[in-house]
Amino acid sequence: MTSVASAPREALDLKAIREEFPILRQRVHGKPLVYLDNAATTQKPQAVIDRLVRYYTEENANIHRGVHVLSVRATDAYDAARETVRRFLNAADAREIVFVRGATEGINLVAQAWGRTHVGAGDEIVISEMEHHSNIVPWQMLCEEKGAQLRVIPITDAGELRLDEYERLLNDRTRIVSVTHVSNALGTMNPVAEIVRLAHDRGIPVLVDGAQAVAHMPVDVQSLKSDFYVFSGHKVFGPTGIGVLYGRMALLDAMPPYQGGGDMIRSVTFERTLYNVVPHKFEAGTPNIAGAVGLAQALDYVTALGLDRVAAHEHGLLAYGTEALLRIPGLRLTGTAREKAGILAFVLEDVHPHDIGTILDRDGVAIRAGHHCCQPLMARLGVPATARASVALYNTREDIDALVGALKTVREVFA
Amino acid sequence: MSTELQELYQEVILDHNRRPRNFRTIEGGRKAEGYNPLCGDRLTLYLRVDDDVITDVSFQGSGCAISKASASLLTENVKGKTIAQAEALFNRFQQMITAPVDASLDDLGKLSVLGGVRQFPVRVKCASLAWHTLRAAVEARDELVSTE
Repeated sequence: MTSVASAPREALDLKAIREEFPILRQRVHGKPLVYLDNAATTQKPQAVIDRLVRYYTEENANIHRGVHVLSVRATDAYDAARETVRRFLNAADAREIVFVRGATEGINLVAQAWGRTHVGAGDEIVISEMEHHSNIVPWQMLCEEKGAQLRVIPITDAGELRLDEYERLLNDRTRIVSVTHVSNALGTMNPVAEIVRLAHDRGIPVLVDGAQAVAHMPVDVQSLKSDFYVFSGHKVFGPTGIGVLYGRMALLDAMPPYQGGGDMIRSVTFERTLYNVVPHKFEAGTPNIAGAVGLAQALDYVTALGLDRVAAHEHGLLAYGTEALLRIPGLRLTGTAREKAGILAFVLEDVHPHDIGTILDRDGVAIRAGHHCCQPLMARLGVPATARASVALYNTREDIDALVGALKTVREVFA
Repeated sequence: MSTELQELYQEVILDHNRRPRNFRTIEGGRKAEGYNPLCGDRLTLYLRVDDDVITDVSFQGSGCAISKASASLLTENVKGKTIAQAEALFNRFQQMITAPVDASLDDLGKLSVLGGVRQFPVRVKCASLAWHTLRAAVEARDELVSTE
């Protein structure tokens, strides 16, 4: 990254940060809200909320077609948002940034637009055992349509990818590798640069699902060398319904459109339509303009805080939380990779995660209980579900203490 | 611990969760499988019906305390009842767990211990999963019953 990032910087001012998130001020069931469900969605800082209000108050219009002043403002704001995302991911060109609804749509776009033209009968697509359903099902649909095969990289009991097995899976029928940067259910940070290198050695492109990464660490798509990278705005303090597909220009350029409609065309006659250039080719219809503008504000917000500092803070919380949870009798962590992001998934003997979730909620502690949209992973772990606490930049050690305290209530109920 | 939690996780429920009754299979009878995709609860309900009377009922599977206790209580409460009586009991049970918190409850006998679910709307499906599955088993439907 830039030289600024390498300069020593002071720790985050948690008190000031928490004041910027109005939702965190409330009480639930009479207790202060302890929000530890950040892997599901993150809360929004006032700056993002204000930006949405300002957009709808002062700038709202449709983009790329009006000659009036509001349309120019909206178009400028939307185009500026694309440039902000480019800078955030360190992409080479803003045209490599496609706005989509979220990571899920980004993967579906690649599976359909790229997959339809590059995958055929007998071909193989490589994913991993720890993928979210959103990085399984779109490929399965493509495989079914094309008569291709899904190959799955296994994981270790600690929740790390078996790189040796991964290398063995790659062959001359492999068309694409699609893996998550950070596992939403385990917290594992995958060595994506290495995964990309091994695929590129064989001329295979790689999609990286960054949904759980971008709010927690600096991401540079040029140094990762991934061909596609997707993430969701709402998991990085932005609005819901907006997300990003980054794609290398050469690949995007050669891909057919995803959906047909307005804005993705250059000219239309009943005989023939000429498609627009990237990224507009992939953005049919009026996009989520406000969402893109709000997302850009969110990215500016985390960039100003410094994702290196965020990563350091969350790493501290993870270490603190891991130690505290392991002191609870009968608690077992699911996901103990050496390289982990701030996700603490666990099971408590004899207590179903759903019961844990209900009891924690009454103590004001919000976590997720369930299969985390990773049913194949749950099957691999041999559990029907897990409980998951996931941190973000505004969480504190007091939040972890509240989690541990609430888990003691669980123990009391099920004594 | 809040009173709502104490009502939800009553001793009877915790006991049925720890030691579910009729937790076994029945060979040669009817069966149906219930699934709650929200939390992954999955149970199989087994049923023997003779002359319209439920002569034996049992279940197997995994789930949260509420769904397991509810299934266990179900087996104790519908055994010996006619299909129509069991159906009527399901309807009353459903009314109880979805009634407003301040409404007075029908006396549902031992099933009343699940009345605390009213204060936890997201857990209503846990409590009713076994009952929906029972209905499917009675009708000898072979498909998976889902709460969604």
